[in-house]
Amino acid sequence: MNDRNSYFPRKLHSLLGVIPLGLFIVEHMLTNFSAYEGGPEGFKDSVAFLNGLPLVFFLELFGIWLPLLFHGVYGLYVAYQSNLNTGRFQYGRNWAFTMQRITGVVTFIFVVWHLYQTRYQVMVGNVTHEELGGVMHDVANSPFYLVLYIIGVIAATFHFSNGMWAFLVSWGITIGPRAQRISSYIWMGVFVICSVMFLMSLFAFRGDEFKEAASAALAWANLV
Amino acid sequence: MAETTTAQKSVKFIIERQDAPDKPSYTEEFEIPYRPNMNVIGALMEIQRNPKKSDGSSTAPVCWESNCLEEVCGACSMVINGKPRQACSALIDQLQQPIRLQPMRTFPVVRDLVINRERMFNALKKVKAWIPIDGTYDLGPGPRMAETKRQWAYELSKCMTCGVCLESCPNVNDRNSFIGPAAISQVRLFNAHPTGEMNQEERLDALMTDGGIEGCGNSQNCVRSCPKGIPLTTSIAAINKDTTKHMFKKWLGI
Repeated sequence: MNDRNSYFPRKLHSLLGVIPLGLFIVEHMLTNFSAYEGGPEGFKDSVAFLNGLPLVFFLELFGIWLPLLFHGVYGLYVAYQSNLNTGRFQYGRNWAFTMQRITGVVTFIFVVWHLYQTRYQVMVGNVTHEELGGVMHDVANSPFYLVLYIIGVIAATFHFSNGMWAFLVSWGITIGPRAQRISSYIWMGVFVICSVMFLMSLFAFRGDEFKEAASAALAWANLV
Repeated sequence: MAETTTAQKSVKFIIERQDAPDKPSYTEEFEIPYRPNMNVIGALMEIQRNPKKSDGSSTAPVCWESNCLEEVCGACSMVINGKPRQACSALIDQLQQPIRLQPMRTFPVVRDLVINRERMFNALKKVKAWIPIDGTYDLGPGPRMAETKRQWAYELSKCMTCGVCLESCPNVNDRNSFIGPAAISQVRLFNAHPTGEMNQEERLDALMTDGGIEGCGNSQNCVRSCPKGIPLTTSIAAINKDTTKHMFKKWLGI
């Protein structure tokens, strides 16, 4: 075998996008949705449930941090290796190919920023897990942040849905044109459902009931 | 109407030219007399006979490659009005004017519209796109191929290594070592053959090295551009399945 082999890292990149990152984005969507369904209490309970999982440090390390780092950094390299030629070939799948790379870069930036605003602030002790609802209340009530979050969320859900379509092709599960077409309908449906659920949660955080926790988070939010 | 002289219809061309591989490119405009049922090759022959630009000044004749003139050899592939295709089957009557001709820049340009497609031949060598039947004794007849299989395999055998799929692929470029769709489809063809199947792992291994099948990003421009209508994306997905299975089998040692 060749010393420099791009097959395995590319295959790992593809797998990590589904397990665990695909599973994680679905979990994140459901946790957020508890803010829409159950208000501050529901959201607090969901966050508490996640933090109560056994070996939560290792779950986070191997289930989120390391896969995210590899998928993100290698993904930037994959995007760098591609030409964007939608000017000459304006086919739907070519647009999806182009958007997959653009949304990948947007999502990478968004995730880094979002982690800094939330998980990093918890880590350094500026806010507690219980106050995260308040942090999001501040974010969702700032028009500037809200627009950036809407862009980031839609980019992430597109990258996930279209990435799932590509995963099924790259691992030889959907082979023929008919299977790939039906798969594209399903994943575009998933894209719409995920986007709507994330946005409903985001707008739920704007409600006044999240305000009480907001004052505590206000101190550091000015720094961001 | 009883007119005896009619205005001469003409065809306008804007051609991207380049004198040598390391020289800069430039464009020249040509206007040549129209003839019924003309194709792009016919127009290039006209420019060769009378190499004058549309402003009347002389220039060197435009270089191009062509061979069969019936879209089975792939030699005259070039970018015509933005799309890579064969010049022989590009009919003037069906093209918007002025007609823009460019070389397929995915490949090194030799001169004008002439390109060097050697990388495609190297790709076929890399994946061993042939069936080894030589031996020191008569190996006898090979196993037979099912008719249903022969029918779809025949479609894959229509590949003429023209390079249009590589030109349309966003992942075939100088920052990426991707082998391109054509060679992957040829692996499927030779792995489908009952005798070729006996060496299928060698071909899969070749596609699991640097620049192999993982370079495909599923833009699917190749299948939309292929002049022979080869189901390239189906071939790629099928070989994705075979390489994935091969990878797990090798890991598990079975």
